[in-house]
Amino acid sequence: MNIGNESIQRRENTPWNSEGTSRIPFRVYTDAELHQRELDAFFYRNHWCYVGLEAEIPNVGDFKRTAIGERSVVMSRADDGSVHVFENVCAHRGMQFCRERHGNKKEFVCPYHQWSYTLKGDLQGVPFRRGVKQDGKVNGGMPADFKTEENGLTKLRVATRGGVVFATFDHAMESFENFVGETILHYFDRMFDGRKLKILGYNRQRIPGNWKLMQENIKDPYHPGLLHTWFVTFGLWRADNKSALKMDKHFRHASMISERGNAQAANDVSKVSSFKESMKLHDPRFLDIVPETWWNGPTAVMTTLFPSVILQQQVNSVSTRHIQPRGNGEFDFVWTHFGYEDDTPEMTERRLRQSNLFGPAGFVSADDGEVIELSQKGFEQKPEHRALAELGGRDVGDTDHMVTETLIRGMYAYWRKVMQQ
Amino acid sequence: MKSAIDFETYLAITQLHAAYASAVDANDWDRWTELFVDDCIYRIQPRENYERGFPLATLSLESKGMLKDRAYGIRETLFHDPYYQRHVVSAPNIISATADRIECEANYVVIRTKLSELSTVFNVGRYVDSIVRTSEGLRLAKRICVYDSEMIPNSIIYPI
Ligand code: FES
Ligand SMILES: [Fe+2]
Repeated sequence: MNIGNESIQRRENTPWNSEGTSRIPFRVYTDAELHQRELDAFFYRNHWCYVGLEAEIPNVGDFKRTAIGERSVVMSRADDGSVHVFENVCAHRGMQFCRERHGNKKEFVCPYHQWSYTLKGDLQGVPFRRGVKQDGKVNGGMPADFKTEENGLTKLRVATRGGVVFATFDHAMESFENFVGETILHYFDRMFDGRKLKILGYNRQRIPGNWKLMQENIKDPYHPGLLHTWFVTFGLWRADNKSALKMDKHFRHASMISERGNAQAANDVSKVSSFKESMKLHDPRFLDIVPETWWNGPTAVMTTLFPSVILQQQVNSVSTRHIQPRGNGEFDFVWTHFGYEDDTPEMTERRLRQSNLFGPAGFVSADDGEVIELSQKGFEQKPEHRALAELGGRDVGDTDHMVTETLIRGMYAYWRKVMQQ
Repeated sequence: MKSAIDFETYLAITQLHAAYASAVDANDWDRWTELFVDDCIYRIQPRENYERGFPLATLSLESKGMLKDRAYGIRETLFHDPYYQRHVVSAPNIISATADRIECEANYVVIRTKLSELSTVFNVGRYVDSIVRTSEGLRLAKRICVYDSEMIPNSIIYPI
């Protein structure tokens, strides 16, 4: 093997020492410095990141504290009904002033020196701005050229569509619609079709693995029919279901689209050890599935919007799953389950019952967190090694089946381009 | 409708708590399901959802059949890193009682120990219980585990 100067250098600067993206260096999961660059390139620049649902802040003054990447931000509703997102860092001396996770306020006041901000994040009050009068003389005060207009909170640009709120620190950002692209926007609009959403509640979990592993998990249609007995046994997700994988033109976002079939039918696909032909539920209400008109066919569409969120429709259960990194080896994963304003009480009950399949204790989700944790452990012990993603070939493209890891290869094709690796 | 319960009943409630902890700490899921009546409710719910009136629970089982399905899931279908769990449960706080039904609460701490790892606090909260008298003694008609530990350390596999 020829290891010239150039390739030694290449190896120091980049974890990639092969063409294409079917072999993924473990270093992309273990390198703290790469992680800082990812935060900057994906979460703080040039991407719309998920913030929440409008239904979480229905009234004027409502707010929610959340995160974009590793930055704390606040989403609020102003007097004119508009939605705003600003960074949770006081313009004075930087205190993370908002500690409640949600609530209703007339204004935001930083406790330290009581600078106050409007619901839009504008600075409105600075105590002792004009100084303090004592014995006929004015002491202190801010300099005469201090302008409140120039000292507001760091405001993000906000985009809302179908009741979902996205924001970006990048004010030169293309529109949300362009960012998502026509193909994936179709599946976004399918789920968020303008009906008001009804929040059913939250689940939060801290997963000790690199944040990209969660994107990969939902770009990996290979594992559900193998790892998740419930999926394969009850036909909810298996390799012989009618399905399609679609990406945006940059390969960063994807939808995995599947139609239920073959419940408990034994064939090639069911030779896997996780298939249990005789398995019967004691209480079948877990899977009391009622098709809804807005599905237009598919019983499951899992959409990954890079880098920050996963949109879940698995039969009657719908949720957003928010990725919030914490260093290269850990991320918080926040699930918001919801329904629609026109749901009957029975439909709400059904969505709640089916939510038992998902989340940190879910019959087909708890083990995703487990495998991510253990993957990270494997990477940490062998950072010079690489993962293999060659199912379905080494190239990247949409497919009409799910026996492929093409979406993972696609994501890393985008990653390599942006990270210049 | 608070009414005094006799010492014997209080003792029986305490014993039910102890039997419950013993079952779930021994991974004896059959014994766990048998501490409930057929028409029961078992939930593990973040305190935030409980207090804000959001119905979502992390796990929500609505019959003994569903408890059995969970037990089967733990044994047969859910891949997970194996762990021990250890419950410490406080004395019950009796909220109200009638001849055949007792509403009570108790604090709990669950400590998780993964193999070859240190023990860590896994989940803390309170049980919100409805306990009924049956011919076999006291049984749970409802147990909601309302947990403070809203940030779950990865996943919850076993019942709390
Ligand atoms: S740091 Fe916020 S007012 Fe001083
Ligand atoms: Fe999965």
